[in-house]
Amino acid sequence: MNRTVTIEVKQLDRVVIRFAGDSGDGMQLTGDRFTAETASFGNDLSTLPNFPAEIRAPAGTLPGVSSFQLHFADHDILTPGDAPDVLIAMNPAALKANLKDVPRGATLIVDTADFTARNLKRIGYDENPLETGELDGYHVVPLNLTGMTVESVKEFGLTRKDASRAKNMYALGLVSWLFQRPVESTITFLQTKFASKPDIRDANIAAFRAGYNFGETAEEFSVRYEVKPAHMATGTYRNISGNLALAYGLVAGAQRAGLPLVLGAYPITPASDVLHELSKLKRFNVTTIQAEDEIAGVGAALGASFGGALGVTTSSGPGISLKSETIGLGVMLELPLVVCDIQRAGPSTGMPTKTEQADLLQVMFGRNGEAPLPVIAAQSPADCFAIAVEAARIAITYRTPVIVLSDGYLANGSEPWKIPVIEDLPTIDPDFTVEPNATDDKGAPKYLPYLRDPETLARAWAVPGTAGLDHRIGGLEKEDKTGNISYDPANHDLMIRTRQAKVDGITVPPVEVDDPDGTAKVLVLGWGSTYGPIGAAVRRVRKVGGKIAQAHLRHLNPFPSNLGDVLKSYDKVLVPEMNLGQLAMLLRAKYLVDVVSYAQVRGMPLGAAELAEVIGNLVEETEGIDDDARHLGAAAAAVKHGEALADQNGHLKTEGAR
Amino acid sequence: MSAVELGMPSLPNGLQGVPAATEPQNRKEYVSDQEVRWCPGCGDYAVLAAFQGFLPELGIKRENVAMVSGIGCSSRFPYYLSTYGMHSIHGRAPAIATGLATARPDLSVWVVTGDGDALSIGGNHLIHTLRRNVNMKILLFNNRIYGLTKGQYSPTSEPGKVTKSTPMGSVDNPFNPVSLALGAEATFVARTVDSDRKHLTSVLRAAAEHRGTAFVEIYQNCPIFNDNAFDAIKNPETRDDAIIPLVHGEPIRFGTDGHLGVVRDGFASLAVREVADLPGGESDLVVHDAHTEDPAYAFALSRLTDGGVLHQAPIGVFRSVERPAYDDLVRQQITTAQESQGTGDLQALVTGADTWTVN
Repeated sequence: MNRTVTIEVKQLDRVVIRFAGDSGDGMQLTGDRFTAETASFGNDLSTLPNFPAEIRAPAGTLPGVSSFQLHFADHDILTPGDAPDVLIAMNPAALKANLKDVPRGATLIVDTADFTARNLKRIGYDENPLETGELDGYHVVPLNLTGMTVESVKEFGLTRKDASRAKNMYALGLVSWLFQRPVESTITFLQTKFASKPDIRDANIAAFRAGYNFGETAEEFSVRYEVKPAHMATGTYRNISGNLALAYGLVAGAQRAGLPLVLGAYPITPASDVLHELSKLKRFNVTTIQAEDEIAGVGAALGASFGGALGVTTSSGPGISLKSETIGLGVMLELPLVVCDIQRAGPSTGMPTKTEQADLLQVMFGRNGEAPLPVIAAQSPADCFAIAVEAARIAITYRTPVIVLSDGYLANGSEPWKIPVIEDLPTIDPDFTVEPNATDDKGAPKYLPYLRDPETLARAWAVPGTAGLDHRIGGLEKEDKTGNISYDPANHDLMIRTRQAKVDGITVPPVEVDDPDGTAKVLVLGWGSTYGPIGAAVRRVRKVGGKIAQAHLRHLNPFPSNLGDVLKSYDKVLVPEMNLGQLAMLLRAKYLVDVVSYAQVRGMPLGAAELAEVIGNLVEETEGIDDDARHLGAAAAAVKHGEALADQNGHLKTEGAR
Repeated sequence: MSAVELGMPSLPNGLQGVPAATEPQNRKEYVSDQEVRWCPGCGDYAVLAAFQGFLPELGIKRENVAMVSGIGCSSRFPYYLSTYGMHSIHGRAPAIATGLATARPDLSVWVVTGDGDALSIGGNHLIHTLRRNVNMKILLFNNRIYGLTKGQYSPTSEPGKVTKSTPMGSVDNPFNPVSLALGAEATFVARTVDSDRKHLTSVLRAAAEHRGTAFVEIYQNCPIFNDNAFDAIKNPETRDDAIIPLVHGEPIRFGTDGHLGVVRDGFASLAVREVADLPGGESDLVVHDAHTEDPAYAFALSRLTDGGVLHQAPIGVFRSVERPAYDDLVRQQITTAQESQGTGDLQALVTGADTWTVN
């Protein structure tokens, strides 16, 4: 087949694309590959995998739909995008489940193979939506992707079922053509992944190439799109997900301290990938213990720390609940321990594969007694690396459990990462005590396990095997300095206050405020994974002339020492969170500042446009503009960030989806 | 200077990797400066004394002994020994010791626990530690009662037991700790008695020499809340007929003048019989073989223990078999990975395969 029309290449500054299909259709893999192609091309990007907790919900049903959204651009972007410009729907359920997120004007590439009356009825369509006109306003590209896939791999003699399973690669090939992605890495990937199954390998590669060639030769598409590489700071980059970055960061932290890493963990969504990644890194002196339960996971980690390793446990909210008592023991023993909470939607089992940041108060206070510990939070997938190194620094320097907060969005999402130079990371000194640090009444040398460094209040840490420093520690209240059991009232008060003072005194960098001309009256303050959406929303508000300051917390306990002054220097402080206002509660309690909480708990990242509207409205409210005279919020929400893909004729519109 | 030069015996398998003491040690060195705070007459005193007396003869460096306990009367044990110790939280000692033993092959790790700590709140950790065969020795002080909380029934209390929380008698069926450990396929399972120092010490020695998890149930009297729970096996008038002694390689024969013995009885069961009633006499008795691979034999032995009020129980090493220890295998994988892939280039790892450079 030869083309009769030439292909036009259109420049776009950004695209949001979403792959959607059955849980068994390989949409996450497809998304990962498209991401890898896009990363190697040099675009900035941000991803949002979204899948059900059920491994294989019944095929063709709405609960079984899995999707992967990718936002890529020729400029610095912060979120996976509010709304797709392109939806690839592999079946009717995928179309129905995702259509509400897709604005008219967007492109729908739909595999028509499963659009039978029976399948449609099953998900509540009485008629074929491709024929009823309900998709008017979209640029619909109906293609029998499954049929074309089967045709493209027939030489391999696979069953129809096996052959049709390569349809995700056919779709990937087509979309790779459409956006001019480099394809070599996907071919290499397929060669490696299916090396032991030559038929499947060859079929997938053939389907991928066939999809690409279909774009090239068929006349369905008269335009291809080009998104130029983004201008980023010079350096070498890779794409990385939050959980992988966290695993690497933990290893880096342990290495910079010269300690072996021991992970005790129990599988739990969305934290398990950290266990998987670390279990591959044995050559870095990493021990992973898949424990019998969450409690044993943290117990093994604490036991390893007692032995002088860096003990780490990784989990999600329900597991953190189970670990609480052992974390409290760690507070009492004053041993290093890194506890990673990859938050998910709760309470209870909640929505395991969906994101949330509602464990903040749990990790701050969810222990018996006064049991303070440091809490830090990653703000983007790549930041999980730096935050893990920071956790190791605090845990080892101050001999304390440290909570690292990530969440499902950061864990599974990915972004380009400027690869750090390991040698440039700060070293961490475990400063083990190896000799007696005091003398007894008779002047004989002795070891006091709770003698503290006057600067950090960190206790003297001697590990088993150190001659002459044997000692006993435990969960019972300690006598100051000796660590012996003590029920003395004044000693208990002293120890409670000392443990608190140690955590309060941890050195953390000041919070930085982005307030371009220093005239903003409103500060928007976030923590954790809302960094991207808040940043994108702030850009929108500024684009339409709003004055807004932004700051983001990576240290939640202790807070940066300048935070109180920062809060008090703005008329209003807006705190957007994926919970019912947990940081807002902490700020109100500590600083007596009447912060404005913006809370959304839908299991999804905050949307940039809706957040822009909230910010814009608050800015005008603070400036005294009446309700009905406000326009900033609406304008910010409607900012046209780039160009939509195509109008109904397959031609580019110059404006489009926000 | 090595232990050999001092004329000390080389360390047994269970202590391989632990540095040997360079000089002979004595009991006093293992006594800490802390005042012992158990009730007068508590069986824990006897165990502590035996343990302090036994540790020096292991011939390992004192600073390489680590005691981990949970919560309960017995879990105060580590405070009274001048070794490294952690008095942790209720039920979790085996989990914590798993991390410690895995991270530190140079330590001799001991867990001290009780019937409530190990079998109730910490039951899960116990069975998983036993199945993994982590290199640690677990001493379970079984007094069949909750002592520290002042007298509630425990998971080893006999049915019908009247306690503060069971005024009409307990309706719980108890665990037999030895049966439980064998069900988890523990590689070393023994039972001893607080008041028999010689036997206790011999069992502790055998446990220390075992590589993997050694599980030792110690019948321990609580004079305050469950006095005389083990009277049948302690009272000179009854003990000969009550204790079924397990000695590897010996026929299992006991009772006054050896009138009782253990014979095979039906499918995988054992029974106690009058030797005089047996057609073959002593030749019909089971010869104890602690190295029997199939745990069914030791399990059958364990079932000779009374489930209710104790009248008769086997004492000794039920099972001692070899199976690779979890922590040895974990460390071996690390060694293998380092031998085949090198010790790891972190810069190369974080860089990965797919990169691009912005100039």
